[in-house]
Amino acid sequence: MRSGDLKTSYSEDIALLETPFVKACIGLFVILLLGFVLVGDKYSIYIINLAAIATIGSLGLNLLTGFTGQIAVGHAGFLAIGAYSSAILTGHGLPFLVALPLSGFISAGVGLLVGIPSLKLKGLYLAITTFAFGFIVEHLANSWDSLTGGAQGIAVNPASVFGICFDTDRSFFFLVFPLTVLAILFGSNLVRSKPGRAWIAIRDRDIAAETIGIDLYHYKLSSFAVSSFFGGIAGSLMAHYLQYIGPTHFSLLVSIQYLAMIVVGGLGSILGSIFGAVFMTILPELLKLLPDLLRHSCPALVDKFADINLILYGLIIMLFIIFEPGGLNAIWNRIKVYWRMWPYTH
Amino acid sequence: MSWETISNFVQLILNGLAVGSVYAVVALGFVIIYKASDVFNFAQGELTTLGAFICYFLIIHLQLPIIWAFLLTFVLMAVIAILIEEVFFRPLVGEPLFSVIMVTVGLSVFLKGVIGLSCGYTIRKFPSFVSENPISVAGLVISPIHLTTIIITTILVILCALFFKYSMTGIAMRAVANDQDASFLMGISVRRIFGSSWAASAIVASIGGILLSSITILHPSTSAVGIKVFPAVVLGGLDSIPGAILGGIIIGVVENLVGGYIDPLVGGGLKEITAFLILIAIMMIRPYGLFGKEEIERV
Repeated sequence: MRSGDLKTSYSEDIALLETPFVKACIGLFVILLLGFVLVGDKYSIYIINLAAIATIGSLGLNLLTGFTGQIAVGHAGFLAIGAYSSAILTGHGLPFLVALPLSGFISAGVGLLVGIPSLKLKGLYLAITTFAFGFIVEHLANSWDSLTGGAQGIAVNPASVFGICFDTDRSFFFLVFPLTVLAILFGSNLVRSKPGRAWIAIRDRDIAAETIGIDLYHYKLSSFAVSSFFGGIAGSLMAHYLQYIGPTHFSLLVSIQYLAMIVVGGLGSILGSIFGAVFMTILPELLKLLPDLLRHSCPALVDKFADINLILYGLIIMLFIIFEPGGLNAIWNRIKVYWRMWPYTH
Repeated sequence: MSWETISNFVQLILNGLAVGSVYAVVALGFVIIYKASDVFNFAQGELTTLGAFICYFLIIHLQLPIIWAFLLTFVLMAVIAILIEEVFFRPLVGEPLFSVIMVTVGLSVFLKGVIGLSCGYTIRKFPSFVSENPISVAGLVISPIHLTTIIITTILVILCALFFKYSMTGIAMRAVANDQDASFLMGISVRRIFGSSWAASAIVASIGGILLSSITILHPSTSAVGIKVFPAVVLGGLDSIPGAILGGIIIGVVENLVGGYIDPLVGGGLKEITAFLILIAIMMIRPYGLFGKEEIERV
């Protein structure tokens, strides 16, 4: 396996995929994924698509909370803004290709506004403010009937680019997959360049960061903007994929789900956001199998499945924070280190 | 101004006072935990509902007399809260704020599931323990339960004030809040203080839950009050007991006034988010609230 690789040029040192082995693994993974999508059943592709959308959203939240250290408990609000603006814009005849980035930018604009208190507030206070923001957005989605369709929600046109309509699960994958890869590339390059390093400095100690010349005003706000841009894009994609959105898609629970993703995956880690998004998307689907298992042994629990879901969510969040604060990413790293020198582990 | 306008205004204020006192009681629970252990408990609303449900089952299914049901509820809630503190929050002492906040968020989801699983989603009515005939004075109407709420809140505030000022545990709690290390060195068991603050908070929460479900209904969604109380706590200052009370009452009254006067003008829906708009405004102007201690950071 990989050990003692020698770097002889600067471009090797800054490469995202460091060794041929990693490149081969990623290549193999992509090929397997594409192959699976071509032959797989509708339901599995549906889950893959949801996981890809969640990856974009959780990347955004991780940039803000994991890398910049600004606790945001209202991420679903940004998803909602992206989803509704995209739905309304395409409803008025704007092509999807314009509406998608536009909804990201609208969401980023709101993100800037929400970010303004962060210049003054820290930690707990910021968490409460973003919480209030999420609540207000959900309430607006519920009660601003003329714009959002109220509690019934609104139907959304399927995404179409240059006349190709992405209205099936399989075709949508080919829309969302490149976008997710783009988001991951953008995110991982961002966090190892100047803005990313500034964000990490702010997370670790904002006063120290300011002393060494990092403009807090600029970088905190930019973190909010980028995070909500990602959230907006994820929301827009979700709207066009499900072809229907309502306030329930953006409830407080969704915000908590996104927080759970980055906690479970690993705070301050790009790979962690992907792990978390995939894990938290698959988990509820696995839980849906539970009623079938319980039907024989314990029929009383079958229709209580939503509550069991909540209990497991809560437990997973708490247990990960207490026992594995680094999340799945830390576990992954331990496994990698173990195998790197195998069988000579010393 | 005609008499009717004035009496309408006073009626709105009265209703606001009653709702505000419930907010105040729940807010009190927040502040007790925050004061002693610096944990902002996102699960306070769920504790509130849990208390109300436990009391309900004691009265309806075990047929306990109301007063014993209340007392037993307090004991059970205190035990549950101490367990929660031992299991989930003890390992987090000294961990970053984010971890603590996330564990309370996880706890709130967890308790929500537990309540839903064990109690179901039928709408229940809490057995009334005061008469249901409204009292009317000079054209103003107030129901006895609202009046009881206001009275209980007042009593609780006085009790809490006395507790924190004169009792040994209360003084120890304030000491721990002020400086954990120093109070540890002075021979205070910080462990026990954390446990007892959670227990006290859970008891206050169950009082809030019982009052709230008597005024409205008993349902797992009652726990949303935890969210509505955030603005009250922040308005008062996170670590101030008089602040929590005043914050709760102000939010209750303003909410009712907005519902009565502004909602008809804009077509409704503003009442529910008034509190949060106030919250964001406070955050911008005076984040430490009316009475909270201002945090000054040293480099």
